[in-house]
Amino acid sequence: MQGGGGGSESGSLSTVSREDNMVVSSEDSSCPDESELELGLGLCLGGFKMHQVSRGGQFARILTAKDFPSAISASPSPSSSSSSSSSSSSSSLSRANVTAGTKRTADSVAAANSSSQVVGWPPIRAYRMNSMVNQAKNQTTEGFNSTMENHKSETSTVEKGTTGISSYHNSGNAKLRKSLFVKVNMDGIPIGRKVDMNAHESYEKLAKTLEDMFLKTTLNVNPAGSRALELGMMNKLTRSSKLLDGSSDFVLTYEDKEGDWMLVGDVPWKMFLCSVKRLRIMRTSEATGLAPRLHERNCQRQRSKHI
Amino acid sequence: MEPSELKRSKDSPNSDESTRRSSFPDEVLERVLSLLKSHRDRSSVSLVCKDWYNAERWSRTHVFIGNCYSVSPEIVARRFPKIRSVTLKGKPRFSDFNLVPENWGADIHAWLVVFAAKYPFLEELRLKRMAISDESLEFLAVSFPNFKALSLLSCDGFSTNGLAAIATHCKNLTELDIQENGIDDKGGSWLSCFPESFTSLEVLNFANLSSDINFDALERLVGRCKSMRVLKLNRSVSLEQLQRLLVNAPQLAELGTGSFSEELTFRQYVELESALSNCQNMHTLYGLWDAKGIYLPALYPVCTHLTFLNLSYAALRSDELAKLLAHCPRLKRLWVLDTVEDKGLEAVGLNCPLLEELRVFPADPFDEEIIHGVTEAGFVAVSFGCPRLHYVLYFCRQMTNAAVATIVQNCPDFTHFRLCIMNPGQPDYITNEPMDEAFGAVVKTCTKLQRLSVSGRLTDLTFEYIGRYAKNLETLSVAFAGSSDWGMQCVMGGCSKLRKLEIRDCPFGNAALLSGLEKYESMRSLWMSACNVTMNGCRLLAREMPRLNVEVMKEDGSDDSQADKVYVYRSIAGPRRDAPPSVLTL
Repeated sequence: MQGGGGGSESGSLSTVSREDNMVVSSEDSSCPDESELELGLGLCLGGFKMHQVSRGGQFARILTAKDFPSAISASPSPSSSSSSSSSSSSSSLSRANVTAGTKRTADSVAAANSSSQVVGWPPIRAYRMNSMVNQAKNQTTEGFNSTMENHKSETSTVEKGTTGISSYHNSGNAKLRKSLFVKVNMDGIPIGRKVDMNAHESYEKLAKTLEDMFLKTTLNVNPAGSRALELGMMNKLTRSSKLLDGSSDFVLTYEDKEGDWMLVGDVPWKMFLCSVKRLRIMRTSEATGLAPRLHERNCQRQRSKHI
Repeated sequence: MEPSELKRSKDSPNSDESTRRSSFPDEVLERVLSLLKSHRDRSSVSLVCKDWYNAERWSRTHVFIGNCYSVSPEIVARRFPKIRSVTLKGKPRFSDFNLVPENWGADIHAWLVVFAAKYPFLEELRLKRMAISDESLEFLAVSFPNFKALSLLSCDGFSTNGLAAIATHCKNLTELDIQENGIDDKGGSWLSCFPESFTSLEVLNFANLSSDINFDALERLVGRCKSMRVLKLNRSVSLEQLQRLLVNAPQLAELGTGSFSEELTFRQYVELESALSNCQNMHTLYGLWDAKGIYLPALYPVCTHLTFLNLSYAALRSDELAKLLAHCPRLKRLWVLDTVEDKGLEAVGLNCPLLEELRVFPADPFDEEIIHGVTEAGFVAVSFGCPRLHYVLYFCRQMTNAAVATIVQNCPDFTHFRLCIMNPGQPDYITNEPMDEAFGAVVKTCTKLQRLSVSGRLTDLTFEYIGRYAKNLETLSVAFAGSSDWGMQCVMGGCSKLRKLEIRDCPFGNAALLSGLEKYESMRSLWMSACNVTMNGCRLLAREMPRLNVEVMKEDGSDDSQADKVYVYRSIAGPRRDAPPSVLTL
């Protein structure tokens, strides 16, 4: 969650965060006791530690192929505390989850790598957003005859404005780049999203984005915060924490060009980009039976390709 | 056979019964009514009496269906036997923002099947937010020999293969308008499917597509379609190619350029400028993807007679915009990105006194720390210079009540006021008060207001104002606002002309939902998501109002008693049968 402040500071927050922390720590006792609210989803494969989202607070991890053979060490999070949310109790949860408008520390700005945490807000059509990403352009404007109006190359101001969403991913280095949006669906959520594959350089970054997209949107957002709404949100949080039971962990899978569903993370990132058609965040219960076979099939295919 | 003759032989075997009914002969009535274009007028006419109802239905050639589930294709075909043109809208508007499940419905195919049987001479089909597959497009292409115009806006489910089918089979096509769709772009070869003998195209818009097209095929197509007046290219078309197209199509009235950014030699630049200056009919300019400021002067000759300039894909700076606008005195509609900042909007106010519509889109909607973009100052500056402004869509990060009050004082004729303060629930940044007074000023001053989108921190007071003053309001969009049921109750009770209400993330519950019980049948639809409405409330509504379809979209894992997303609409077709499992019809 967007810098939820101290978990114990506000009455309504503490219960939930404590519960979550308890569940968290029961799964991995070596996990640092985060003061922010955390929802971690993860299979515990002996010594497995949780990823921390740099913004701290609530997060969930989506597993990739890397998680199965080996553990990934957690990077400690610079717990960026959002200043606004620690004060008031009732709406802190809601406001904290609302990205736009809450004051953020420099840490969180630098770490910005996710799109809006509120689904469908601001209300801009997907088409326009896709176009904005493609606005990333080469700022050099030389090669022009001197009889033309002498025009300074555009400043970084424009660059920032120009690159739109891509400014997150190509910070300061706006270059012409096509976006590669693929659909992402998560089991249990009827509404899919789209994610720009070319805006990520690695599986970790992709996983982070997807976590932000899917596992934060289960919270109801209402900064006007009525009591009933707050309760509703608390219910939702408790509900989400049930996911930690282990029965509904998630893995990330993708459909490749040949229509097969594969576990994400098997192949080098660049190769993955070439073959991914769409993504699915699948329940582990469905995927665990699948994983070995997926690996097998992958090997078989690769073998047959060499024939 | 004349329609009136046919009707008489069917309905009244004794042709001289006119003395019994009205003194107005049927043919005259039908002739007069055939001149009526507005579907609202036609609806009114059909309610006068049975004769007028019949005359109207026999003379109607265009039908507009604002919600595809409000009626069935069979019912439409039964009532209107002579339709040549259909406009259909499908999904709720919030589907544009990913709030509606993908397989929600609004598939056109069932409609096409009925149309193929009942309207074999169908000429036009305009769809918005419908699902349409390649198979449907092929079916369309081969089923209607007279087919002329296809417009797809915000639709999905099809690919360029479907377009290829249209290009191949529709020999009389005049319009192909593909806009902002979720299209699976498999390449540009569809454009080459227009036969060499094909010359009738007047409108071609493929700006939506990203892949390269066969430019030679396009050049030949444009060259032989001498009646072409609207051409909107996609990004893959370069400046140099644009120039070649324009040389052959100086008659163009609306142009969407391709990419406006590659490097040109001086000679190429001059040629482009010259080609543009020959387009004396041009009144709309669009596209300008990645526009570089240095090339904008090539547009100056066209700017003098431009009335609509869409720069919302060109990240211009304020000085670049100012220079351009100095040449656009006749501008009535302007769309820009907020990279132009307040200074750019000042230039709008200074140079475009005839401006009626302004839309400012955010270049970086998700970067909360950005200190650029536009503020209240820009909007105020425009309002001082453009008293005729009546349509605004404004994305900003800060606003004040005082600024909005000034704006509407300067421009009291607003019909569409859509203000999006991008931080949900943000108050007046100077006084820290809610933005209630801002919207209060809007509804009190702008008596012609038809459409309103509110944002910022809002209490129930905003909705009291809306209910009390916005008597002409037809469409209201609300997000992250209100304090209690009372807010929505005020709106339902006060806005007598309300037709579309869409609400998300507000503390409105069952009492609010049910306060509109009497109202929903006179509205097109209601959308409520992430509010406090429960399943029981929805069931009650569905029970009390059997002519409404009450649909609930459930999210997995949510409380069984909460109605996460509710979509309510009137329908004479009954509950729909094609809803996916995540959508419950009560």
